[in-house]
Amino acid sequence: MSQSRSEGPRSEGPRSEGPRTEWPLWEVFVRSRQGLSHKHVGSLHAPDAEMAIQNARDVYTRRQEGQSIWVVPSAEIVASSPDDKGELFDPANDKVYRHPTFYSVPDAVENM
Amino acid sequence: MTNVTGLQAGESAEEQAFQAKIDREERIEPKDWMPEGYRKTLVRQISQHAHSEIVGMLPEGNWVTRAPSLKRKAVLLAKIQDEAGHGLYLYSAAETLDASRDEMTEALHDGRAKYSSIFNYPTLSWADIGAIGWLVDGAAIVNQVALCRCSYGPYARAMERICKEESFHQRQGYEIMMVLAQGTPEQKEMAQDALNRWWGPALMMFGPHDSNSVHSSRNMAWKIKRRSNDDLRQQFIDMTVPQAEYLDLSIPDPDLTWNEETGHYEVGPIDWDEFERVVKGGGPVGRERIRDRRRAWEEGAWVREAALAHAEKRRQRKMQAAAE
Ligand SMILES: [Fe+2]
Ligand SMILES: [Fe+2]
Repeated sequence: MSQSRSEGPRSEGPRSEGPRTEWPLWEVFVRSRQGLSHKHVGSLHAPDAEMAIQNARDVYTRRQEGQSIWVVPSAEIVASSPDDKGELFDPANDKVYRHPTFYSVPDAVENM
Repeated sequence: MTNVTGLQAGESAEEQAFQAKIDREERIEPKDWMPEGYRKTLVRQISQHAHSEIVGMLPEGNWVTRAPSLKRKAVLLAKIQDEAGHGLYLYSAAETLDASRDEMTEALHDGRAKYSSIFNYPTLSWADIGAIGWLVDGAAIVNQVALCRCSYGPYARAMERICKEESFHQRQGYEIMMVLAQGTPEQKEMAQDALNRWWGPALMMFGPHDSNSVHSSRNMAWKIKRRSNDDLRQQFIDMTVPQAEYLDLSIPDPDLTWNEETGHYEVGPIDWDEFERVVKGGGPVGRERIRDRRRAWEEGAWVREAALAHAEKRRQRKMQAAAE
């Protein structure tokens, strides 16, 4: 596992020396309608969580695209590493019996 | 030598796997392995695109206070705000490739980064706002729809979002042109003058002819680019000529003809010398654009710093309260 933002960057740590003036990065998730889950829509810079919500409203919901917004500091997102993709998801590969199509049921049996 | 799939002799296994993924139409995501050239090309293209959205606000901002009605003012403000959003979506996409926002901003401000040269033309009359929406956003849509299928996931997703918003930009511009073209003779004259000045630059938005395009074939293989410059330009011409006819305005090109056989319009030669001049020399108002961007950035510095200081103070207060 590696600690980094969901959409990148692929390397960690500060990118330039000197005093930090860039506002931190936040990932934005929007629930577009009641009944749907929040979905990642992008990221933005903001000095704090409150401003991140305000900015997210202006940037990502100018046309009633949202009922609710989550913002998460990008640095707090823990992502699986694409290099381990094989190993990580491997255990699911040989368990075809987890899928309904693994079982044969005669056509005569309905509603199943 | 590059073949159709972009596979090259002497490529590493990683490079071959990467190209195979692209050939299968699989999207590349931020943390996936990618060749350095792919990353660099994308950072350059996406940041240039972002800069264009941001600088593109300036010629239109010139007319916010002088828009002819409250309705037009509100519409223009909404469009400009959208363009700011487009810039932000794109900067975010570039940041997923390890580009820093501040570095991109600096590159724009000190003249290292390019942006679309269309924004280095002045907006002289209200009709220019109509022509920009109709032609400039119209050309941008043709480009951007093709980019929705770009191989890099975050860029393609940003494009989809942008395309959804662009349609209003083009339609409001066309409506401005329609009102003028159907107005008094002076108003119609204004609309024609704007078309005369914006038509050529709009055609140049698609970039040089395919035969002169430097990076084209590799970018096509990587599916960073999906359709050629000339191909996209032709689509724009075929779309736009009948729209001008409807307005009863004439396309400023004596060589424009309809080719019955191919089913396409054919245009006269494009003035590439002017294009080069505008790209390099900044065009009539290039210097002004960068000066305005820089001033906005510098004058906003205290706000950015104060907001950061405020956030830090609150964070420390919270930590203190928790420790007590
Ligand atoms: Fe835009
Ligand atoms: Fe636009």
